[in-house]
Amino acid sequence: MNPHPDLTVGVIHGLGWLYLLMFFLNVGWTVRSFRRDGHYHSLFGVEHIPKAVVWAAFSALLLLVALSHLAVNSDPESFLLRLPLWFKGSVDAIIANPISYFALSMVVFLAVVCLKDWWVQPTVAWTLFNASTIFLALSMTDYDFRQIVGKPDNVPIVGMLYLVGFFTWLYFYKANDNDRRVAEGRPLHEKELSDQVLVWPDLVYTEMVCMLLVTALLIVWGVALPAPLEEPASAVKTPNPSKAPWYFLGLQEMLVYFDPWMAGVVLPTIILVGLMAIPYIDFNKAGNGYYTFEHRKFAVTTFLFGFLPLWIGMIVLGTFIRGPNWNMFGLYEYWDVHKLEVLNNVNLSEMFWLDVMKQPLPRPGADDDILVQVGVILKREWLGILVTLAYLFVIPPLMAVTVFKKFFVRMGFIRYMVLATLVLFMASLPLKMALRWAMNMKYIVAIPEWFFNI
Amino acid sequence: MSVTEYIRKSQLWRSVFRHPAPYDRRNRAVVVLTNFFLHLHPVSAKKGGIALSYTWCMGGVTFFLFLVEALTGVLLMFYYRPTLEWAFTDIRALRDVNTLGIMREIHRWGAHAMVITVWLHMYRVFLTGSYKPPREFNWVIGVLLLVLTLLLSFTGYLLPWDQLAIWAITVGSNMARATPFLGHEGPGFQLLNVGGFDLITNASDARFLLLGARTVGEETLNRFYIMHCVAIPVVVSLLIAVHFWRVRKDGGISQPL
Ligand code: HEM
Repeated sequence: MNPHPDLTVGVIHGLGWLYLLMFFLNVGWTVRSFRRDGHYHSLFGVEHIPKAVVWAAFSALLLLVALSHLAVNSDPESFLLRLPLWFKGSVDAIIANPISYFALSMVVFLAVVCLKDWWVQPTVAWTLFNASTIFLALSMTDYDFRQIVGKPDNVPIVGMLYLVGFFTWLYFYKANDNDRRVAEGRPLHEKELSDQVLVWPDLVYTEMVCMLLVTALLIVWGVALPAPLEEPASAVKTPNPSKAPWYFLGLQEMLVYFDPWMAGVVLPTIILVGLMAIPYIDFNKAGNGYYTFEHRKFAVTTFLFGFLPLWIGMIVLGTFIRGPNWNMFGLYEYWDVHKLEVLNNVNLSEMFWLDVMKQPLPRPGADDDILVQVGVILKREWLGILVTLAYLFVIPPLMAVTVFKKFFVRMGFIRYMVLATLVLFMASLPLKMALRWAMNMKYIVAIPEWFFNI
Repeated sequence: MSVTEYIRKSQLWRSVFRHPAPYDRRNRAVVVLTNFFLHLHPVSAKKGGIALSYTWCMGGVTFFLFLVEALTGVLLMFYYRPTLEWAFTDIRALRDVNTLGIMREIHRWGAHAMVITVWLHMYRVFLTGSYKPPREFNWVIGVLLLVLTLLLSFTGYLLPWDQLAIWAITVGSNMARATPFLGHEGPGFQLLNVGGFDLITNASDARFLLLGARTVGEETLNRFYIMHCVAIPVVVSLLIAVHFWRVRKDGGISQPL
């Protein structure tokens, strides 16, 4: 028997229940659609057909699929509903490559912001929800996918992705509504709810329902999924890959592009200080206490960029895609410890001295006077140091007189400099990634003698 | 007189709840004012501010999960000894002995859930612009709570003392080695040296402070246990109290002016 079966009877039944759940959800949606979506003027020559027929047909299909899963009792390997190999292959090709993975996450991010008017429409959003769930369900028919997504500690991440997706949708939905109201000169949605109500019962009951739901969720989750316990700790058996807890995997991912002192200490500190600084640098008085996009485009877009592709996206990358030796693996790929990835990254100073100047790299002698050593190191790294200083100190004033002119005038010097520095630090991650992929850049400033690499 | 009425009129009941049932407007206000737990709330609020679709109830759910964690955590503490000899076996025994049923599951999944809800709470506070004046400082307190929530989860991750635990903590704490000036592999540590002796070595740097040793070992387990069960929860409780106080003092949940 195949020790790594793509399909087992248990998996097929599990998926059957999932499809059944989706069937019920879509029946609900069909009812909603019947009440609200109106009719097709004419369809295949028949007139006045409710748009809900599409959903009714889809629900019926789901029911069929669910039943055909639940009816399986033997010979799971010959079950037909599974991902085709060509599909797995093409998804893996995109996912397992850092360039296309990052490009994809950028495209998704841009689509989320730029196409917001389109995708927040309930029907579109519901279709996206269905599509992503079917994608997940079909992916579960792959052995390697299940190994990683089904790890007990990784299950919450899938839940988180749905929640983040839902709340991002809710935000844009409410923001669009308010933005439209403002454009038409009508009051904000929140303004229409400005009468005072008693907290008992209006709030206290909501809270109680939330508590009950959360309790129920925890109990179901706890019964369904035992907490993991692996082998007893052993200081000599290093697992490969060794991963930090999932919520820190974004930070661990930065280690690929930055030295530990940057990725592990400086950048996390900047993230936290930056978060705390937000209320003090956002001088925009509008958008306080209601959902809006139009009134605070820059703030929201910047925050979404940091939260969605950089934070959540990197966690997904770190959890599901980084495998042994921190190589990237496709969603449906076996985590092969021997997968080879050629890494020949070079430092900026090496590019400059070896490739451009055709000279050996200046090296400080171990016995030289300390000042001489410093001099040699500075000579070796001058270009990188200059680039870094320019990045941090020349770009802000340049932006102040160009793209950020309005900001600079309204924010004042200190606020503006804090904002510019934070934005530059945030941008340093994608920039460093791009440099790595485009020219195999390792460090811009490389002073291993002082553990100082950027 | 119905039974409920009889109970409500008894001396015992009235000694606990000093007000009539919250059936009318006046008593619905009184109940919130006189009950210790309910008095975290104002008596009345704007409809838009307490709407579920506005707050997503994410702060409230985070708080509830914190309480769940405290309760289940204390129960787990009865069965767990933070030593190399017992830590792992105690956790394994929990699974077999099952006096506590799914307590460990609830504690672990609740911790994951709390990390997620605290992010979502921050997401909603940002998206409604609720950090803007006068709520700037409460946002800062929130960021501290966010860090502490992650640290709570991180310190707890070590306690089962299995492979998952020690390696995750090893990877997570290795970075401290590279702290500028204070890590023995960080830039600038060589500057802290007196008469040729480095002050910062692998037995005195930031990582050593975190782990209580050069590698993740029994001292680390002890340190993380105390942080996880005592130090961080106390600070978090305090900050949550301040956080809630400030929500009220800053004028309640934000609404358009
Ligand atoms: C342990 C963590 C936390 C708990 C238990 C908590 C709890 C709460 C609760 C119950 C509220 C009332 C409104 C609501 O539920 O949305 C609230 C409001 C608020 N929270 Fe948190 N919070 C936590 C973390 C944070 C974080 C991480 C931030 C931001 C970085 C934050 C910033 C705020 C702000 C600014 C308000 C006022 C919002 C408004 O007036 O609309 N909190 N918090």
